Amino acid sequence: MIEKILKKVESLDAEIERLKKAQTKETGEMVKEAFRSDEILEAIEENYESWDEHGKQIDKLKRMRSSFLEGCVTLSPDEKVYLARHIERPHIDDFIEGLFTDFFEQKGDHLFDEDKSIYGGIARFHGIPVTVLGHRKGHTIEKNMEYNFGMPCPEGYRKALRLMNQAEKFGRPIITFIDTPGAYPGLEAEEHGQGEAIAVNLAKMSQFHVPVISVVTGEGNSGGALAIGVANRILMLENAVYSILSPEGFASILWKDSDRHKEACRLMKLTAADLMEAGVADEIIDEPIGGAQRDYKTVMRNLDEALFRHLKELKTMSPSEIKNDRQLKYRKIG
Amino acid sequence: MGPLLNVSAFPIKVKKELGENLLKKDKEPVFITCKSCGRRALKRDWQNNYYVCPVCGKYKSIGAYYRLSLILDSGSFHELNADLKANDPNDFPEYKDKLSAQKQKTGLEEAAVTAVGKIGGHKAVTIVLDSRFFMGSMSSIVGEKVTRAVEYATNKHLPLIIFSASGGARMQEGIYSLMQMAKTAAAIEEFSASGGLYISYLTHPTTGGVTASFASLGDITLAEPGALIGFAGPRVIEQTIHKKLPKGFQRSEYLESHGFVDMIVERSEMKSTLKKLIELHKG
Repeated sequence: MIEKILKKVESLDAEIERLKKAQTKETGEMVKEAFRSDEILEAIEENYESWDEHGKQIDKLKRMRSSFLEGCVTLSPDEKVYLARHIERPHIDDFIEGLFTDFFEQKGDHLFDEDKSIYGGIARFHGIPVTVLGHRKGHTIEKNMEYNFGMPCPEGYRKALRLMNQAEKFGRPIITFIDTPGAYPGLEAEEHGQGEAIAVNLAKMSQFHVPVISVVTGEGNSGGALAIGVANRILMLENAVYSILSPEGFASILWKDSDRHKEACRLMKLTAADLMEAGVADEIIDEPIGGAQRDYKTVMRNLDEALFRHLKELKTMSPSEIKNDRQLKYRKIG
Repeated sequence: MGPLLNVSAFPIKVKKELGENLLKKDKEPVFITCKSCGRRALKRDWQNNYYVCPVCGKYKSIGAYYRLSLILDSGSFHELNADLKANDPNDFPEYKDKLSAQKQKTGLEEAAVTAVGKIGGHKAVTIVLDSRFFMGSMSSIVGEKVTRAVEYATNKHLPLIIFSASGGARMQEGIYSLMQMAKTAAAIEEFSASGGLYISYLTHPTTGGVTASFASLGDITLAEPGALIGFAGPRVIEQTIHKKLPKGFQRSEYLESHGFVDMIVERSEMKSTLKKLIELHKG
């Protein structure tokens, strides 16, 4: 359903854009014309109403668009999964661009390989040096292939740990962005110790004395998400999802039928509201109606405010309080 | 910390797992057929061989209490948190019924049994995951039992042994299952920071969230021969890479040769190996 609505809304967006351009052009020409003689100027002033046909059309389309968007106010869990995976949804590159300054990328695990499905480095957040990292997805198929669709191999998790260990050493807060279908289930990934890499990250992240804040921005699936998500605070974008496994994998394991993924979505309790109830998520970040991809600026403004507030709060704690606060968060679950 | 289980209940639980009838009048099966080679052998021979097929050498899965009886000194068994019972946090369809069926089938309350007891005279905390109960999957109670037992070992300065066996996450418990990975890993890391010895013993199968948390964090990692050990399951990997996997992939021997296992230890050598390792760490 939401897919169809968004298609309609997108075509309205395009039409409105086209009309706005035409309107601007027309206005420009009108003004030029008007100043050629006083007679024309007067004529224009008298018939002003009839000059702005485009404007009227634009208003009409905007009203239509609002009506369609009203259908996106309440979404089912599987519609949220659709939005969480939307290719135009803001990804880590956009968040780094929109929220941080002075970003310096750090590549590689410095052991064996550079895994492009994890992106991160040092940056400033409101002037404070922080370590920022996360799963990397792209806005095109080509970029997604390059980043392995945000599915890390052990080298990616070891790179993340290298960056986080440095944050601990230099006392920098850590901000991670979670957006992954899961850890990559490949032959080499297994041979290089996918399980070990994730396990070590979980263990080490539990020990950090610097604040860790994780933001689930899209889909957070399985240990592949958690491996960079052991945090003091977990923020979730309104349409982000966080679960034990992808709905397809869940349906395949439980019913041997991955086509029943929509049904799985309803049972999995994977929405931001569900995660708040489970005591995993700490805050939901509002998205514009129709999803984050429709208006990056609003998302950035909302997230920036929440991140800064939580960071300020955590910075009042002592290093050992920060560590205990994080351990207690997970100790209480289950 | 929950009450300790009455010691005398232990031999009964072991007998139950071995399929031995508690009432003398019932007839016991004399033969057991190996699922791997299909050959029959006397139950007595299986038992003398620690439930490794006397014909082909294939390892049969064994129950948690029976395994504990193989490594703990007689009369030293004390169960920890036996009162923690499986629950249904997501109110998931049919889950309660499935749990009851698993309890009925195995005589266990959950997939993990945690105990304190002596191994060759040395007191230690031992955790056993039982693959017969919901494939040893990680539920919130499995995570809680593991965490409490690890915390017990930390507080009492005891060595820690975990026999892992798991199909991965308990799907029906969703995010609660996932978060147990973070909880147990944190407990192990605190234990490690306090200077404790943790021996991780991997048995068939150890996969998913258990592999990606406490099972991979041992100071010493041992494995039973032929056990499947990995993060992703072989079927998922084959579907992803569209290739057949090499022979022996994700088996104990494969992991040993790829640098993730210290030593493969036969079931018959299990107790003596643990005793030796504990003693080596006592100086």
